[in-house]
Amino acid sequence: MIVASPKSVTELKNLIARHGKVLFVGCGTCVTVCLAGGEREVSIASYATRMARKIEGKPLELTQVTIERQCENEFIKDLADEVAKAEAIVSFGCGAGVQAIAERFPGKPVYAGLNTQFLGILEKQAVWTEKCLGCGDCMLAQYGGVCPVTRCAKRLLNGPCGGSTEEHCEVDADRPCAWQLIYARLRSIDQLDRLDSIVPPKDWRPAWHSGARKIVRKEHQV
Amino acid sequence: MTQTNSPHPRESEAREPKAWEPEIIAFCCNYCAYAAADLAGSKRMQYPNNVRIIHTPCTGKIEMEHILAAFEKGIDGMLVAGCLEGGCHFLEGNLRARKRTDRIRETLDEIGVGGERLKMVNLSAAMAPTFVQRVQEIVETVRALGPSPLKSPTQKVSAGKP
Ligand code: SF4
Ligand code: SF4
Repeated sequence: MIVASPKSVTELKNLIARHGKVLFVGCGTCVTVCLAGGEREVSIASYATRMARKIEGKPLELTQVTIERQCENEFIKDLADEVAKAEAIVSFGCGAGVQAIAERFPGKPVYAGLNTQFLGILEKQAVWTEKCLGCGDCMLAQYGGVCPVTRCAKRLLNGPCGGSTEEHCEVDADRPCAWQLIYARLRSIDQLDRLDSIVPPKDWRPAWHSGARKIVRKEHQV
Repeated sequence: MTQTNSPHPRESEAREPKAWEPEIIAFCCNYCAYAAADLAGSKRMQYPNNVRIIHTPCTGKIEMEHILAAFEKGIDGMLVAGCLEGGCHFLEGNLRARKRTDRIRETLDEIGVGGERLKMVNLSAAMAPTFVQRVQEIVETVRALGPSPLKSPTQKVSAGKP
C-alpha cells in the first residue's frame, strides 16, 4: 500500500492561512490503513487546526468528509456539494489523491495534508517499511523476492557492498542489509545459483526517469 | 497554596461578580480513579470543586478526539486518571491512554494551548488521598497558567484570583 505521514498542525495552519472556510477530505483506503489520512486522523487534525486558528484570532470554518478513495473519480464526484461551499480543500489522500481532486475541481485550491512517503507494508503495529520503488520492470525473481533496488541503500544489483556488519546495512545500522536478506532467502528456497550470474546495468527507461508514466490496457477499455 | 473550595460556592457566586476559576475535567476510570474519588467523598476529604468528573469504563476508551473536543470548548485543564501500570482491568488500556495523552500534549504545546494543561496520572481504587493530591496539583498548575486561550470572552469573566 501507499504509506504517508501527517503534516504538523503548524504546516496545516500555514497551508490554509489565507482561507476562512475549508474542507478537509480524508481517504478511506491506503492512508486509512497507515493511520495518516482516514476519518479519525482528519477529525484529530480538524480539532487541532481549528484550535490553532482560534488562538490566532482567525476562526476557521471547517467541514470534514472522508470518501472511499480519492484517486477515483467515481468517489470524488460525491464531494461536489461540499467543495462548492468551501474556499479551499485540504486533501488527506496520497499525492495521487490530491492531484485527482485538483483535476476534478479546477477552480478550487487543493492542498496536500499529508507527506506521501512510499510503497510499503505494515511491519508491526504502527511501524511501516518501504518495499518497492515502482521501477516498472520488476526484478524480484532474481533476488528471491527481496528488492535490492529499494532496500539496498546503494541499490546494488550485484551485491553486497562488503560493508555490512552483523547483518545490518553500513549506511544505517537500524536497517537490515538487503543483500544479507537476499542471500538468506535464496538459500532457503534453494536458488543460490542465481547469484552466479551477473545482472547487467538496469534499464531505467520503464521507471520514472523519463517523466510520469501511463498505462493503457486495450483489453479493458470500453 | 490557594484554597479553592468554598463551603457554599453558589451563595458566594450570587453575591459577588464571578472571578475566573480553572475549569477542569477529570476522566476517571471506573476501576480505580472513580472509586478513589468515591472513597475520598466517603472519607469526607476535601478537594477543589473546579473538577468535573467523567466516569469512564477504562482510560483506554478515551479517544484523542474526546480530549481535543473538551479543550476546543474552552476547558482550562484535564486530568486523565487510570489504574496503576500493570493494573489495568483490560490489561493495557492505561498504557495506551498514556501514549495518547503524550501525543495530545505535544499538539497542545504546538498550537499554543500548553501541554501542561493535560495530565495523566495512575492510581488504585484505594488511593483516595493520592486522588485528592493529584486534583489539587492540576488545579494549581492550571491556576498558574491562567485561563485557556481557547476560552471565549464570555467564558473568561476575569483572570484574577478569586
Ligand atoms: S524491482 Fe522494481 S518493481 Fe520490483 S520490487 Fe523492486 S522497485 Fe519494485
Ligand atoms: S550493507 Fe547491504 S544494504 Fe547496505 S549498502 Fe551494503 S549491500 Fe546494500
